[in-house]
Amino acid sequence: MHSADRLARLFLLPLFLFVAAFFLLPMVRLVGVAGSGPNGMAEYVAILTNPRHFATLVATLALSAAVTAATLAIGTVVALFLARNRFWGRPLLVSCLTLPLAFPGVVVGFMVILLAGRQGLLSSLSMGLGMGRWVFAYSMAGLFAGYVYFSLPRVLVTLMAAVEKLDPALEEAARSLGAGRFEVLRDVTLPGIAPALMASGAIAFATAMGAFGTAFTLATRIDVLAMTIYTEFTLNANFATAAALSIALGLITWAVLALSRNLAGGGVAAAG
Amino acid sequence: MTAPTGAAISIAGCGKTYPDGTRALSPVDLEVKAGETLVLLGPSGCGKTTLLRLIAGLETPDAGGRIAFDGADVTALPIEKRNVGMVFQSYALFPNMSVIDNVAYGLRVRGVATAARRAQAASVLTMMRIEALAERRIDQLSGGQRQRVALARALAVRPRVLLLDEPLTALDAALREHLRSEIDALLRRLAITAVYVTHDQAEALALGDRIVVMKNGAIAQVGTPREVYFRPADDYVAGFVGITNRLEGIVRNGRFETAAGILPVAAPDRAKAHLLFRPEAVRLVSPAEATLVFQVAQVEFQGPRQRVTLNAGDGARIIAEAPADLDLAAGAAIGLALDANRYTLA
Ligand SMILES: Nc1ncnc2c1ncn2[C@@H]1O[C@H](COP(=O)(O)OP(=O)(O)OP(=O)(O)O)[C@@H](O)[C@H]1O
Ligand SMILES: [Mg+2]
Repeated sequence: MHSADRLARLFLLPLFLFVAAFFLLPMVRLVGVAGSGPNGMAEYVAILTNPRHFATLVATLALSAAVTAATLAIGTVVALFLARNRFWGRPLLVSCLTLPLAFPGVVVGFMVILLAGRQGLLSSLSMGLGMGRWVFAYSMAGLFAGYVYFSLPRVLVTLMAAVEKLDPALEEAARSLGAGRFEVLRDVTLPGIAPALMASGAIAFATAMGAFGTAFTLATRIDVLAMTIYTEFTLNANFATAAALSIALGLITWAVLALSRNLAGGGVAAAG
Repeated sequence: MTAPTGAAISIAGCGKTYPDGTRALSPVDLEVKAGETLVLLGPSGCGKTTLLRLIAGLETPDAGGRIAFDGADVTALPIEKRNVGMVFQSYALFPNMSVIDNVAYGLRVRGVATAARRAQAASVLTMMRIEALAERRIDQLSGGQRQRVALARALAVRPRVLLLDEPLTALDAALREHLRSEIDALLRRLAITAVYVTHDQAEALALGDRIVVMKNGAIAQVGTPREVYFRPADDYVAGFVGITNRLEGIVRNGRFETAAGILPVAAPDRAKAHLLFRPEAVRLVSPAEATLVFQVAQVEFQGPRQRVTLNAGDGARIIAEAPADLDLAAGAAIGLALDANRYTLA
């Protein structure tokens, strides 16, 4: 064996220790805790058969999917607009759009309340217009708004970079062949930024699945997985259920991302 | 030759100022005949691409400019309505589609049914002799193959005008020459109107029915390759197309007088004039038979011919080509004969 190989193995040790300390051990422990309740390992089945937990799971998935779709749609439109247009104040606008990057979920929740809470902007506006009181901050809609707001800057940064990298000649070539705006978007632009859409969509989805701060700020009554885990863990001291739900959250998010990655890969190949 | 399938292009008063204020093109007038191959030649930044994009409909000319295809005004039509084929320097092939889908794309957006458009695309691939590549992905192609696919894609929609922007620049020299003659044959066979942008004079001379030499956003000369080569309109054109010799002098009583002697010319008197001619335009003769006499400075034997550097009395140097069997020695005096249709007096 070469000494260089041995040296390389030596360097693998810190990596192994890191993975063990921060990934393997907690995961194994979590799996263990989930199986330590009165139901044993059947706890995993229990959370799926428990109608409340199952409903929460479905609601969280639906919310995350909606957030992802909305964020990608808004992000794509804005990124395309910003990449194609040069106007006064554009750099300022771009930096404003990326400002919320640093905000924690709590602040985002707070902002949603300021916007759509009982004393919020929308509420006073709609009252003033005599259209009743608009309040949606303390519901799924509020959470939806908060998560979109939270994910948009992240998605936007990725998509803008991708759009800038597109070769303008590709769109011009499509147009020279007779393609209109819609066809150019469908056949050239979107396929061109597909990898960025995948990557930023995955981040938006995972964030929405796991985000806790915003939900916690808005209301404790919103049934999303992260809230349920918190409630089971701190209020009910139901460690096994909390652990099983955590594992489920991780696995489901991971599976959805893996699946969509495969579908997108297949989609690109099929379009080709 | 088949009847021209392309449109005649008429460009009138078309200038282009970009939004940032760059004046890329002064107003130009230009007629491209149906079926003709017109080459736009000039150094980097002289406005070739800008003029091509105006014809394509990718840019709109400044107010007052007008572009017509076969007499019909297309100035306000965007590129997707002009039915032009375009070949880009970067090829701009769609990476998410196979070769045949690239070629069939124009037919697809025109609503041609799948089977019909694939058959049509396949026949264009066959014409370009790349039918074996039909199902390949773009990133599995070599540069020359990509160029052929780009050309096939542009031709598949039977455009009225084919526009090519430095299509061979990204290829190596040998392949460039090969593809150049292939494109030449193709354009002639299809009798399509083509506008071809290049900064390579050899490409321009070989491909063009006519050449437009451009300088700083304006047209310096329009002419056949022979006209541009042998009778350049000015110094600039002469310098850009091939090696040019230049002799300073004056014109008096129908004679160009320079340090090396005199040359009878048909031109009015002028206090300052210069004579421009090509190395291969001259004949080297014995000093006794010539009115222009030089001293041989250097002889470079090249096999089929020799390249001779000659000194004029005033320190000017010219380059002449001579047959390989002519006996020349450095330091000897030599006469130079120049036919009236092989030089430009400017
Ligand atoms: N979109 C644009 N905005 C501003 N200026 C431009 C733009 N496109 C080109 N120009 C400028 O216009 C001039 C002519 O450019 P053009 O691309 O037509 O030159 P070219 O002859 O094609 O050069 P090359 O051989 O390098 O391709 C250049 O000075 C260039 O910098
Ligand atoms: Mg150019």
